[in-house]
Amino acid sequence: MSTISDSDHIDGNGAAGPFSEALGIDATNAVLTCARCARPSRFAEARVYDGAGLVARCPECTSVLGRLVSTPTDAWLDLRGAASIRVALPGGTPR
Amino acid sequence: MTEPATIARLRLGWRVATAVEIREVTPTARTIVFDVPGWPGHAAGQHVDVKLTSSDGYSAQRSYSIAAPADGDRVELTVQRLPGGEVSSYLVDELVVGDQLELRGPIGGWFTWHGTETMPVLLVAGGSGIVPIMTMVRQRARIADPPPFTLLYSVRTPADIYYDAELRSRPGLDVTILFTRKAFGTNRPAGRIGPDDLAAARPSGMDARTYICGPTSFVETVSVLLLAQGQNPGTIRTERFGPSGGR
Ligand SMILES: Cc1cc2nc3c(=O)[nH]c(=O)nc-3n(C[C@H](O)[C@H](O)[C@H](O)COP(=O)(O)OP(=O)(O)OC[C@H]3O[C@@H](n4cnc5c(N)ncnc54)[C@H](O)[C@@H]3O)c2cc1C
Ligand SMILES: [Zn+2]
Repeated sequence: MSTISDSDHIDGNGAAGPFSEALGIDATNAVLTCARCARPSRFAEARVYDGAGLVARCPECTSVLGRLVSTPTDAWLDLRGAASIRVALPGGTPR
Repeated sequence: MTEPATIARLRLGWRVATAVEIREVTPTARTIVFDVPGWPGHAAGQHVDVKLTSSDGYSAQRSYSIAAPADGDRVELTVQRLPGGEVSSYLVDELVVGDQLELRGPIGGWFTWHGTETMPVLLVAGGSGIVPIMTMVRQRARIADPPPFTLLYSVRTPADIYYDAELRSRPGLDVTILFTRKAFGTNRPAGRIGPDDLAAARPSGMDARTYICGPTSFVETVSVLLLAQGQNPGTIRTERFGPSGGR
């Protein structure tokens, strides 16, 4: 069960391993735009809860941005709460 | 499936790591150095995921920050034992030199300091949140003309300070240790980090690139205080360890 409280979450940095594995790129610098409040935020800054899978929530409105469920053979990544995902391309300057 | 050719594919496979050195850090924390053949190197601030698998196939996975700058195939972690902690108590109480486990990484491209940044740096650590921050401090010692670093480090009691002697002997590093339960050698009474602690540490005139790491509630508190003091949110990078971590 994931309830919204002040300390039982980590952030997108901490959950970067499983999300990066599923996406095939470093997830922390991906920018997700919340489908509910339209705020763009770096995945590193999302609030991540461990419940039914790993649930990433918008740091602004706490709406669910994405959910990752891993089995030994597959990763199920549901990103319907993100209106868009922006990924920097290699060759650009890292920030 | 074909991959977009333009996006660098991340290699995040599990690797076998062998413990080659163990050092006591505090009565409840130790540093473990692993040999990880083929380790690709890492940046200060990154972490690994560690996986323990028992003989019946059950496995547990946790994240641990890398405690020292890149050094060939060596990967150094510092782990705090939590009461009842499944993975931390194994790593602190049971693992011996020669034991193997699986890890993957390096992970995270945001909570990092590369040594090429020129801004002054403010580091704020709670409990074991000092680990990735210590790697930044150690990385700084490797470069010529580094920017000024200020470290605010919150711990419960003097016995809980990690890397104590090293912190006191790093030239050019301004360190303030805040005790939350039992103070020692300071006029500041024991207590949680507050606005005055941060105001005193922030360099005047400009915002410092700020890294905050520790238990989630600690990171939230410090971020809110810094924003309330007018610090530009774009200068703040955070890493939350979860409910635990100790401070
Ligand atoms: C990105 C990242 C980096 C991290 N880096 C480090 C690191 O460098 N070093 C490090 O030591 N940890 C680090 N952590 C925390 C680490 O991942 C584990 O959460 C921690 O070791 C606890 O795992 P465990 O299996 O021992 O405890 P678990 O078995 O998962 O559970 C914790 C148990 O410990 C107890 N507990 C929880 N919180 C507290 C508390 N505050 N006080 C007392 N008891 C408590 C409770 O009984 C709880 O059930 C990091 C976390 C993240 C997300
Ligand atoms: Zn939102």
